[in-house]
Amino acid sequence: MQRHLISAADLTRDDAVLILDTAEEMARVADRPIKKLPTLRGRTVVNLFFEDSTRTRISFEAAEKRLSADVINFSAKGSSVSKGESLKDTAQTLEAMGVDAVVIRHGASGAPYRLATSGWIDAHVINAGDGTHQHPTQALLDAFTMRRRLVGRDAGLGQDLNGRRITLVGDVLHSRVARSNVDLLHTLGAEVTLVAPPTLLPVGVGTWPCEVSYDLDSTLPKSDAVMMLRVQRERMNAAFFPTEREYSRRYGLDGDRMARMPEHAIVMHPGPMVRGMEITAEVADSDRCTVVEQVANGVSIRMAVLYLLLGGAEFQTPSTSAAPARTAEEN
Amino acid sequence: MDTHDPQSPAASQADARPVLEAPDIARVMTRIAHEIVERAKGADDVVLLGIPTRGVFLARRLADKLEQITERKVPVGSLDITMYRDDLRLQPPRALARTEIPGDGIDGKLVVLVDDVLFSGRTIRAALDALNDIGRPRAVQLAVLVDRGHRELPIRADYVGKNLPTSLRETVKVLLAEEDGRDTVLLGAKQAPQ
Repeated sequence: MQRHLISAADLTRDDAVLILDTAEEMARVADRPIKKLPTLRGRTVVNLFFEDSTRTRISFEAAEKRLSADVINFSAKGSSVSKGESLKDTAQTLEAMGVDAVVIRHGASGAPYRLATSGWIDAHVINAGDGTHQHPTQALLDAFTMRRRLVGRDAGLGQDLNGRRITLVGDVLHSRVARSNVDLLHTLGAEVTLVAPPTLLPVGVGTWPCEVSYDLDSTLPKSDAVMMLRVQRERMNAAFFPTEREYSRRYGLDGDRMARMPEHAIVMHPGPMVRGMEITAEVADSDRCTVVEQVANGVSIRMAVLYLLLGGAEFQTPSTSAAPARTAEEN
Repeated sequence: MDTHDPQSPAASQADARPVLEAPDIARVMTRIAHEIVERAKGADDVVLLGIPTRGVFLARRLADKLEQITERKVPVGSLDITMYRDDLRLQPPRALARTEIPGDGIDGKLVVLVDDVLFSGRTIRAALDALNDIGRPRAVQLAVLVDRGHRELPIRADYVGKNLPTSLRETVKVLLAEEDGRDTVLLGAKQAPQ
């Protein structure tokens, strides 16, 4: 694995499966009376949130605390950023405080990459969502949820999502979740189909490793998992579809459409859901919908990522040569 | 606690000599099972927890033997200590193994930790820390197949399969049928560090 987690596209299949397997063990900590591991004791993690977020920030914070890291929360509101401080100066302030990892959410695509590669800080950088670019931990938790539901909790260990048919529906244009998911699911061997009105598909979508369709009804019966994406009004600066009603008629998931999905297929949503827009209350509350499960899995996935990035030694050389012939001393 | 080191087995087994063979291991496990029953006066509240990887197989074997002796099922599980190690920061991140605590938990029980080789004692220290987060046993005991000495912490085993005096230049490798296809304990010379 690399030092940072910036994009789901940076993960190899083995990296991704290792994260999912590690998360499966982390999930068991949640069942214990003491939901805490001493692994990251004495490490400091900063949650640097330049954009609003509830579930991602809380999820990272819970994961960090369960691993005993010291957590510093930073939100742009009420900080020096609102006085005009640049990302560079904020980063150097954090570096001076000696942080070990920075979890960053930023409205600008590429901000985490800039932070990781500019030499401003030594800390590990974990992307918690940047603009319309990437949200790798979300993709990982989605893949984790799919593997659990479609392959099985124990049967899934060591497995990828080979041959599973995943459909992503809605505002692909503004969705970092969709980008990350397409990258990761492709790496894991799944067949991804994007369904959206042409106006909500980004330029160059033809080069992505996935199929594109404009027709939800014909895609549903061929899907093992359907992920509904929120229409991101806050990022919309033009008219992408005539009316909300027309959008939800053609691309919203209601009970009738859900009935057309295969028996085992699940409905996913990265949240926050807009009920009545992309998903009806009937679907959102059904037991095929994994929204709440995804949130719980998010903590496990983030624990796994933090452990794998921060839990061991910094290794400059590839990991194979790092531990030569230590078998017997382990005991 | 074993780690799976891709380079060592083939190379180090070449000049390694067996110190315990399959029948010896079977006899030793039977003896340990009897000792547990004797000391615990019937093994009513015994919970066996193996330390992955090979400790888990040994714990399951012990559970079978205990069942034959006491005609009662003995709860058996596994305890992964990776997250509690004191050398985590010295090595690249390790993959985690499964922690499986039997349904009734460990509160008020007699927990017998099972591992293949007892060496520095650091694994067992980590295991004691891990147990602390899971519950409060009545007592904790330790059973190992091989005690090779060179303790770095004040820890001792309650049940020892074989005391094996070794030098620090030697390696002890336990092979078990479940993982390695055969039962044997090998004593070999450590390779010079590359």
